[in-house]
Amino acid sequence: MFKTSRRSAIRSAVAAVVLGLGVTFSGSAAQAETLLRAVPHSDLKILDPIWTTAYITRNHGYMVYDTLFALDADGNIQPQMIDTVTTSDDGLTITMTLRDGLTWHDGAPVTAEDCVASINRWGSKDAMGQKMMSFVSSLEATDAKTITFKLNAPTGLVTLALAKPSSNVPFMMPARVAATPASEQISDYTGSGPFVFRQDLWEPGTKIVYDKFDGYVPRSEPASGLAGGKVAKVDRVEWLPIRDQQQAVNALKAGEIDFIEAPPHDLLPLLKDDANIKLEDFNPAGNQFTFRFNVLHPPFDNPKMRQALLYAFNQEDFVQAVVGDAEYYEVCLALFGCGMPFETTAGMDGLLESNFEKARELIAESGYNGEPILLMHSTDLAVLTNLAPVAKDLMEAVGLNVDMQSMDWQTLVARRAKKESPAEGGWNAFITSWTTGDLFNPVAAAFLNASCDTALFGWPCDARIEELRDAFARATTVEEQKAIVDQVQQAWFDYPTHIHLGQWTGRAAMAQNVSGLLQTGAPVFWNIEVN
Amino acid sequence: MASYLLRRVIATIPVMLLVAVFIFLLLRLTPGDPATIIAGDYANEQQVAEIRENLGLDKPIISQFAIWLGNILQGDFGESFFYKKEVSELISARLEPTLSLSLLTIVMTVAIAVPLGTLAAYKQGSWIDRGIMGFSVLGFSLPVFVIGYALIYVFSVQLGWLPVQGYQRISEGVGGWLYRLILPATALSVIFVAFIARMTRTSVLEVLGEDYVRTARAKGQTETRVLMRHALRNAAVPIVTVIGLSFAVLIGGVVVTESVFTIPGLGLLTVEAVLARDYPTIQAVILLFSFIYVLVNLIIDVSYTVLDPRIRY
Repeated sequence: MFKTSRRSAIRSAVAAVVLGLGVTFSGSAAQAETLLRAVPHSDLKILDPIWTTAYITRNHGYMVYDTLFALDADGNIQPQMIDTVTTSDDGLTITMTLRDGLTWHDGAPVTAEDCVASINRWGSKDAMGQKMMSFVSSLEATDAKTITFKLNAPTGLVTLALAKPSSNVPFMMPARVAATPASEQISDYTGSGPFVFRQDLWEPGTKIVYDKFDGYVPRSEPASGLAGGKVAKVDRVEWLPIRDQQQAVNALKAGEIDFIEAPPHDLLPLLKDDANIKLEDFNPAGNQFTFRFNVLHPPFDNPKMRQALLYAFNQEDFVQAVVGDAEYYEVCLALFGCGMPFETTAGMDGLLESNFEKARELIAESGYNGEPILLMHSTDLAVLTNLAPVAKDLMEAVGLNVDMQSMDWQTLVARRAKKESPAEGGWNAFITSWTTGDLFNPVAAAFLNASCDTALFGWPCDARIEELRDAFARATTVEEQKAIVDQVQQAWFDYPTHIHLGQWTGRAAMAQNVSGLLQTGAPVFWNIEVN
Repeated sequence: MASYLLRRVIATIPVMLLVAVFIFLLLRLTPGDPATIIAGDYANEQQVAEIRENLGLDKPIISQFAIWLGNILQGDFGESFFYKKEVSELISARLEPTLSLSLLTIVMTVAIAVPLGTLAAYKQGSWIDRGIMGFSVLGFSLPVFVIGYALIYVFSVQLGWLPVQGYQRISEGVGGWLYRLILPATALSVIFVAFIARMTRTSVLEVLGEDYVRTARAKGQTETRVLMRHALRNAAVPIVTVIGLSFAVLIGGVVVTESVFTIPGLGLLTVEAVLARDYPTIQAVILLFSFIYVLVNLIIDVSYTVLDPRIRY
């Protein structure tokens, strides 16, 4: 106690000396009644959560916008802006009614017309949205509060897609904003969520400010996951991007900030030892490391070669290389995530156990002639840096010739879009990481899209997988969907599009006086208190 | 003098033009595509192409350059690809922290390095001289980020006297501004103190052996007067050159310090822009750095005439 008092006394003395000019610290932030100072995982640059899939923009979206539906802590779909939903007996008409009291930040009421425009914009951009819209023959605002979907076939996808928890999240925007083509960024940031974005206080690269929206009417249910009452319990949230994570930790220890979204794993022991700091997990489903094939070029144009890696790899080596502490990772064979609604290990027997003998057998059968495999290695994102060398070692252990090329992530992003052969500037494989919430079912999992040219980079092309994804979208019950997921996993083994390399979680770090962090997948700031 | 100044200003134009061409081409030849970065993971080829068209990146490089140059001549540096804000607005917001840090560093450096260097020269061969030169070697050898972290650990984390990170604008209070800049400026000044102290020592030593110094001493002038009036003034030209160039280097080279102390200056903006391939921002910042460099050189040259009346242009 004495030490703390003396420290603060000296600190005050230093400040007083420096402030000898009689000037006090001031700033707009100090004027807020309760303030939460948070360090996000990166800087916020783009403010349109439909235009980009960047997670930081998604998180900004959760501050400012609201959704029609949301997943609760158990993964169940719950109405959010919606009051009632009715489906016709033939399953071809879905009618949704908005709940009372919804208003935009400018005070105008939220209307069904706004929501229709928002769904249309999101549906033209997001892969799951596009799939959902393929079932929609008409979408109308039948009155100020009623949204009516007319479908061309029954599907369980409408509410599932509208409750999509991760990028691109179907956030609702005013019709005038949602009228912006999806290929252009919005410039009006009016939402109806629990916080208002203060554009006037935004200092790019330095500070992003959100104020509590006094006009927000939360649902009466308690907050659960992304569903339930979104009660803002602080007057202001400031996001303060700090590039140097060690410095973010120092700032938290010194009491200059209250919350760090994603401190790196190697700094967690330092935080754990500090009695004034606590660690909490807002995303128990975590993330998955993923090895992506380019099927356009040899040798991965041959499914046998891709299957060989399913035998050659093991998840433990990858998660150990990055995460290290078993508290923060798990070996997870389920393609759609462990702890997720569609978790299954169907068809996974014997895979990802580093069975080198079986891998070599498949490589021999594939006719691999020793051509170099261009593996792109991202070097500037700490969470990815160690993965490619592990993959290289395991691939070389089964006799593959790996040409691992190191580059920064943005170079990798540009190169992975190239369809040319590796010798002409293309590639064979790279490793990335997904939030498990992004791949929790066969339609949402973008790397499973096997629609050839329109699939994501890597461009897998398999009619069976597409047929099953379509069947999943048409399924109207969870049981039906689960049965299809088992088949999808089998089809994926026959035609591997990517390999999941382990599930890992992080921890948010915060001062002991911060409470109420929800388990949501994406970090959200409603329900959080600073005492 | 006026015609010299005019000639120097005119000579700046081709230099800036060359820098503009160089930086423009360098960026286009660097791997990475802003459109794919902006488009995100799920974008298809058509969406990326639309973004590229929106940004004007689908045009031939020569057209892009001509448009950019034309806009610059009208004072328009373009809009950041990512922040969707005018680059000039971004730069002006970041200029103050960088200038503040650089100025404070250079003031602290001069206040410490010149007396130290002069003292070392005056006490040549003594333990004071050796001590100062020892510090100089140490100052050169320690990277700024190591000094920065060490200072933070001691003064912020352990003692809690100074803030870990952040910047406060001077308009929000001079005291707060200084309070937040002391640590970064100290960290940054160590290497410059080491460099300029050494330079000062060498220059003063050279001058102390001159006849006019001997004459001054023979006339019975005090050692302080000999040092300040005769030695230091005559040694000033190389010292001022180094100080001026150090300032120019500081402006463009505070990236690490800004990163460590989270100071939202031009250095940090440059790093962010390079990582995101934000072409308009990178181009404008590099042009600005080049301009500052040219300007500082010009000021140094002009200062020679003040410091040494024998120099005339």
